[in-house]
Amino acid sequence: MTRASQAASFDNAKVMNRFALTQRLVAKLRHEEAVVGGIGNTNFDLWSAGHRPQNFYMLGSMGLAIPIALGVAIAQPKRHIIALEGDGSLLMQLGCLTTIAALAQKNLTIVVMDNGLYQITGSQPTPAAGVADFVAIARGAGIAKSAWAADEEDFDRLVDAALADGGPTLIALRIDDKPGVGTTDRDPAQIRDRFMRGLGVRKAV
Amino acid sequence: MHGAESKSASTWHAIVQRTLHANAVRLVTYVPDKVFTPLIKSLHADPDFITFATAREEEAVGILSGAWMGGMRGAVLMQTSGFGTIPNALASLVVPYQIPLAIFVSERGTLGEFNLGQAMAAKPLRPVLDCLGIETHTITRLDELEFIVDRSIKQAVATQAPVVFILSPLLTGGKVFEA
Repeated sequence: MTRASQAASFDNAKVMNRFALTQRLVAKLRHEEAVVGGIGNTNFDLWSAGHRPQNFYMLGSMGLAIPIALGVAIAQPKRHIIALEGDGSLLMQLGCLTTIAALAQKNLTIVVMDNGLYQITGSQPTPAAGVADFVAIARGAGIAKSAWAADEEDFDRLVDAALADGGPTLIALRIDDKPGVGTTDRDPAQIRDRFMRGLGVRKAV
Repeated sequence: MHGAESKSASTWHAIVQRTLHANAVRLVTYVPDKVFTPLIKSLHADPDFITFATAREEEAVGILSGAWMGGMRGAVLMQTSGFGTIPNALASLVVPYQIPLAIFVSERGTLGEFNLGQAMAAKPLRPVLDCLGIETHTITRLDELEFIVDRSIKQAVATQAPVVFILSPLLTGGKVFEA
């Protein structure tokens, strides 16, 4: 019996690496899907996986990566949007899961990187660490297609299903405490402008 | 304009809705407010608008920022106290990323406020907007409403900068307390 046929739980999900998973995700994108990276290591690893014109890097506004991705998804219903968010960031804005569930936003996938830590501020544990289950929270918020990835191959399958079948989908990943491998250019106007050109909202020069 | 619409065409909420429509604003999110009720109802009834509630004002700011980058103009409706929850999102997202977000604030805390918490929550509104250099208009008169909103949305888009409209009780009637 393969693990794909049995949903993983937090306890049996493998602890993986954020950068390796981000690379796997980006390698699957064939249709100019937009990716919104949350504050800190999430967008550092997105950047390091190789810049794409459809990537957006959030530098402040902790917790708003998922709402930003939802806004892009509403504006561009034919494009699939992926939000990469950390566990601490999601805790800041849990209510957005109910908004997404209420809208039943099909072209949206949320990937939560959970190491139980506020890693970038000194690795303090989050209030959720050891007590809360983000997949259970998402299901309770009304996002039925929510799952822990058992391992890297299971993550691949969950991403394929999210892109093929539509969502909204939430994929939660247990990750280690390795820091991000690079640093985003910190130029908000440039990030925004490149993203808009990557989405076809503005013409490429 | 026709039927029931024409009768209410000169109300503040009909003017706001018409002006948003004329400026291709399609997405309106809100955290509910008593004064905004007729506008929210009317937006929900209009298929040209995508209108929904968010759990928190910050979340609405994120959604509308994403929508703008995806090619859709948006506006957010909130109460004075709700504004108190968004300065970080303005300072770290909307302003530096140059998002022409239109924010409508239903003004509480003044002209007959009955809740001390609301009165105090209103105090930082204008100082915060001034600090951030955000274009702000307090609208008190019906005859100036369309001009201010129309011109300011056009300016926001042209200059890639947010704009805040504070709708005074002088315009909307506010929330009335029978003392």
